[in-house]
Amino acid sequence: MAEPSELTRHIESFVDSSRSQAQQAASLDAIVHLVKNDALFIGHLVKEMEMYLTTTDNIIRARGILLLGEVLTRLSSKPLDMANIHSLIRFFTERLADWRALRGAVVGCLALMRRKSGGTVTCSDAKAVVKSFLQNLQVQSLGQHDRKLCFELLECLLECYPKAVVSLGDDLVYGICEAIDGEKDPHCLVLTFHIVEVLVQLFPDPCGPIASFAGDLFSILGCYFPIHFTYPNTEDVDMKRDDLSRALMLAFSATPLFEPFAMRLLLEKLSSSLPTAKVDSLIYLGDCILKYGAERIEKHAGAIWSSLKEALYDSEEDPKLQLTSESRDGGNQIAREALSLLEKIIIQYDDMFLTLITHDEQINMILNNTTNYTSYDEIPMQSKKELLMVGRILYVSTKASISSCNVVFQSFFPRMMETMGLPVEIASESCNSDGNCAVRELHFGCFYICMELLVACRDLILVAEDTKKQFIPTTESYFCLLKQFSTSLSKIFSSILNRSINEADHDVFVHLGVKGLQTLATLPGGYGLILKSTFDNILLRLMSIIISDFGKTLLWKLALKALVHIGSFLHGCDDSEKILSYMDIVTEKIVSLLSSDDFSMPFSLKMEAVSVIGKSGLHYMMKITVKLEDIILIKLSECMIQGNLESAKIVLHILECYSKELLPWIQKNEGFEEVLLHLVVRIWNQVDNCRSLDVDTGGKDLLEAVIKVMKFAVAYCSVENQNIIVDKAYRILLSNPSLQLKGSLLTIHMKGFISTLEVDKLSSRDEWILSLLASVVIALRAQTLIPNLTTFVRLFMITMLEGYTIAAQALSSLVNKLDLMPNGALEEAMDIIFSRNFWGSYETSPERTGRMSHGNEIDLPNFLLGAAHSELLLNHAISGLAWIAKGLLMRGHDRVKDLTMIFLKCLLSEDRMDSFSLNEGSLENSSQQFASTSVMKCAADAFQIIMSDSGICLNRQFYATIRPLYKQRFFSTMMPIFQSLIIQSGSSLSRAMLHRAFAHIICDTPLLAILDSAKRLIPMVLDALTSLSKDVSDKDVLYSLLLIFSGVLTDKNGHEAIVENTSKIINSLIALSAYPHMMLVRETAIQCLAAMSELPHARIYPMRIQVLQAIVKALDDPKRAVRQEAVRCQHAWASIASRSLHF
Amino acid sequence: MVNSGLINANPIVYEKKERRVRSAPTYNDEYTVEPIDQLESFLLTFLNHIRDIKDPEHPYSLEELKVITENAIEVDDRRSYVRVTFTPTVEHCSMATVIGLCLRVKLMRSLPSRYKVDIKVAPGTHATEAAVNKQLNDKERVAAALENPNLVDMVDECLGASYA
Repeated sequence: MAEPSELTRHIESFVDSSRSQAQQAASLDAIVHLVKNDALFIGHLVKEMEMYLTTTDNIIRARGILLLGEVLTRLSSKPLDMANIHSLIRFFTERLADWRALRGAVVGCLALMRRKSGGTVTCSDAKAVVKSFLQNLQVQSLGQHDRKLCFELLECLLECYPKAVVSLGDDLVYGICEAIDGEKDPHCLVLTFHIVEVLVQLFPDPCGPIASFAGDLFSILGCYFPIHFTYPNTEDVDMKRDDLSRALMLAFSATPLFEPFAMRLLLEKLSSSLPTAKVDSLIYLGDCILKYGAERIEKHAGAIWSSLKEALYDSEEDPKLQLTSESRDGGNQIAREALSLLEKIIIQYDDMFLTLITHDEQINMILNNTTNYTSYDEIPMQSKKELLMVGRILYVSTKASISSCNVVFQSFFPRMMETMGLPVEIASESCNSDGNCAVRELHFGCFYICMELLVACRDLILVAEDTKKQFIPTTESYFCLLKQFSTSLSKIFSSILNRSINEADHDVFVHLGVKGLQTLATLPGGYGLILKSTFDNILLRLMSIIISDFGKTLLWKLALKALVHIGSFLHGCDDSEKILSYMDIVTEKIVSLLSSDDFSMPFSLKMEAVSVIGKSGLHYMMKITVKLEDIILIKLSECMIQGNLESAKIVLHILECYSKELLPWIQKNEGFEEVLLHLVVRIWNQVDNCRSLDVDTGGKDLLEAVIKVMKFAVAYCSVENQNIIVDKAYRILLSNPSLQLKGSLLTIHMKGFISTLEVDKLSSRDEWILSLLASVVIALRAQTLIPNLTTFVRLFMITMLEGYTIAAQALSSLVNKLDLMPNGALEEAMDIIFSRNFWGSYETSPERTGRMSHGNEIDLPNFLLGAAHSELLLNHAISGLAWIAKGLLMRGHDRVKDLTMIFLKCLLSEDRMDSFSLNEGSLENSSQQFASTSVMKCAADAFQIIMSDSGICLNRQFYATIRPLYKQRFFSTMMPIFQSLIIQSGSSLSRAMLHRAFAHIICDTPLLAILDSAKRLIPMVLDALTSLSKDVSDKDVLYSLLLIFSGVLTDKNGHEAIVENTSKIINSLIALSAYPHMMLVRETAIQCLAAMSELPHARIYPMRIQVLQAIVKALDDPKRAVRQEAVRCQHAWASIASRSLHF
Repeated sequence: MVNSGLINANPIVYEKKERRVRSAPTYNDEYTVEPIDQLESFLLTFLNHIRDIKDPEHPYSLEELKVITENAIEVDDRRSYVRVTFTPTVEHCSMATVIGLCLRVKLMRSLPSRYKVDIKVAPGTHATEAAVNKQLNDKERVAAALENPNLVDMVDECLGASYA
């Protein structure tokens, strides 16, 4: 047993109202803990608390009873014996009379009544509770929280002890009416609504107590409708208007006994002008109608129908908008709710309402009137609205069920056909000229109604097939009607599109016509409803629009959309016969559009048409790609062999379309491997076959386009197919003597090589083969085998030196992806690349041999010396090596260090040069620069190649091996090196180049890494900014560096570093604010200056005069954007400046 | 009686004019000058500067009170000259000088120093028109006014809203 003193202490602490809430909660927890662990029996607790439960001090007694109640609430799952429960519930029941200590009593009752197991309250005790409740409690005079508790208790009683409460009959109902009358708190209201809902369901008897109180109860509920909810406290998210409204609705529809009151109220509110009242009435009506039963509803059917019509009519917005909008869900909420109510009613009581609809005078009149107008524009606004309303009503009632569809079709469809003068055509193959069947006059109204009926019918069949997996029997009457008229309907819809319609009507008729055709073509069920010839004619009509009417933007777009829609519909329902027609008529033709020599139609439209149609289904895309392949190859051969420039232009367009529109889609889908493999192999064959390839004009663009497609197609293929492609490419390479020779070269004979460099360019055909080979290699997967690696690497090395960047990219892809382990392929490649023989063999003068002997690495100074004749060669070598370095860096290979050192040596070569030329007087002459400026620049830009992300190769799409955080690693290894090099560097040129390289690295490093070492970097960045601003050609680098800098400036992690260098930063920003070559630099510099004004006052105060003077100059900047920034910056700094400074 | 009331307690508030959006300039040529006096649209550059100035008495901008309109500003970039004519809300408005001072300070801060700024009360809209004009365009008096901390505080408060 627990120490009595301890228990007393806890009780004391809870009862003492001067303690803090936390203390009280803690003592409650402690007591609950004791009871839960059987250290204290509940009976013992009650005895211990006796004094507190019975004292005459109201406050202490209230706290005491509350404590007992709370303890019981927490013990809901602990078994208690029946005797205890009985005495406890008796106690609480009695205490309900004690209004001063009420809360504890209610809490205690609630806790006991809610118990589900381990001892529950008996029925007779529950009855006693209800009695006491009804006798003693004046709920509405209590506070909000107490009311809520009381309602919860009532709710619990009604739900858990229905037998006990039912016996109280009238008293109970009366008591509840009294308790809930006038409630205003939303939380309590939800409870009261639910109480009513449960209560009325307890007394279903039409002569029972509810029957006599129904009017009273409903008058209490009714005044809340429609819920007007303006709860000021928006944080109180747990209560929304919808919750309340829903609870009230359930109460409304809880018993049919409410019907006379509810229907009157709802119909009355439906005609109010308040939109929320209308919407709510419609929703409530929907619920009540379903629950009150047919007998009771029948009385109100007429009233409901006319209010619905009214609501629909009132809710229509701009009819034209509605007609031309895509979705049916358009319109406002009232219209939506009204239509969904109509649908519910028709599904539930179809006979009753369908007669109302079909015999409605207003509808019949509106339909009769439609024949008065031929043009849409003539129809007065009111009639337009009426027409739209009828259309919607008919749509919903047709779509509701098959029987309703039959009724509506029978009563309206033939009439429409008659008005339009359409003949029945079941087998109308004979009558296929448009002229015969076209109607003399257009009746907009008829068209519109027909269209609504058609769409509804299609939707109905679709839904039926979708949800119930049943096919609608072809004997239904609507089916026969539709079948009879489908052909003539299709003709009339397409004839609308033929007509020249006046401006005002144009949009509406075009929408109607295209939509009608689309609906007919998407009627489900094979050729049951619609003849094959009709279906084909529809597709032909739409295609003819695509081909010839591209001038009419709206029509063209709609027709294309309709085709896409039809295509994806057929694809979705897998209607193989129709798909065949579609393939023949649409996809074939659309592809031939691309290949045609007719340039009158803009290429962008052709491309759009092909791509959207292709994307509407796998089959279509497959067909399109197969067709395109043929065209591409025919045109390629035409332009390669015959030098046909037109063909070159077309094939260029097709390839562009391929890579821009189709390939990205294909990439997301499977199943195209075969097609793409085929395409690649055929391109290779084509290149192989034409012995003298002659593509001059536009040749470069064409090659680029082919490369793009080739890379993509190869990347899509699996390893096996890639192997096939590589083998194919390799065989073609072998059959080509000049390229094969390059591949077998072991060394470069430098002198000879240089002399041939300019003269002996690759022939056009060799260039194609090389580029294609390189693009294949770029796109390979890491697992693909390469037949003769050495040849490949050598070929690429040589061509790389000849200036083919794509060869360098291929090499970098190779070194990036080759496997390390199995056969040492990577090592092999690296050996060739770094081989001393390869690079060293340019050697001509024997005295140099001595310096060649250190290590198996590229002996660069020698190479440079040897190559000094040709800057071009050096530049090619350096940028090629940069690509290789990128490949190595991305996989995290060590050799990247060697390459980086080469670039650094190049950057520093001018420094070395001085000492070098002193030592070795033997240099041919001093004007022969060791490394010229352009080479140094190239070396600096090598870092850009290394760091930047490339879209061309070495990315995820082309399966690059990417080591996480490789950029950060490279950044952190390089920074200290650059720091010391820049400090040591003697010549200004070298330093400028070092800064350039440094800027390239920084620009592509994630900002987070830079922020970490901001302190060290800021001075370097500032120096770099200054140095870069000297050369116009560096302006882009300068701008990117400035952007990085502004990133550091605005991040709070970089704050410290910024504060330390304030004056230096401001000085260099001031200098940049006058940078003449790029507006963006000036703008950004001034923005940075404005941001600097946020720094600690003491730091920036001394700088204010300088800044303001600089900004005054910027105010006169030639560019407007800069001036605006300057004003902003001026404003920021003026407030710091002292008042005597009138800038 | 201490006149603690406002001079114009119930000014008419006009709607702000929709700001014209200048068509995005093309940066094809880095070195072309966009002169301050290009076509009529350049006026906006200035208007954007001054029309946001808050009225000293009310939480409305001068534009909303029609103290300043677009047409009341003349700019000549070649001759570096700008003239602003403003219309006080009531004839005897003692705030006219403060408004004028705000305009001057704003323009001084926003224009290149080569500009000469003239600020005038629209003819016939103020009781002591000549005196106000004289005061506003006398640089000694303006400088003296800006030495007065109370005045400067007031001006700063009025200008503060423009880029808030």
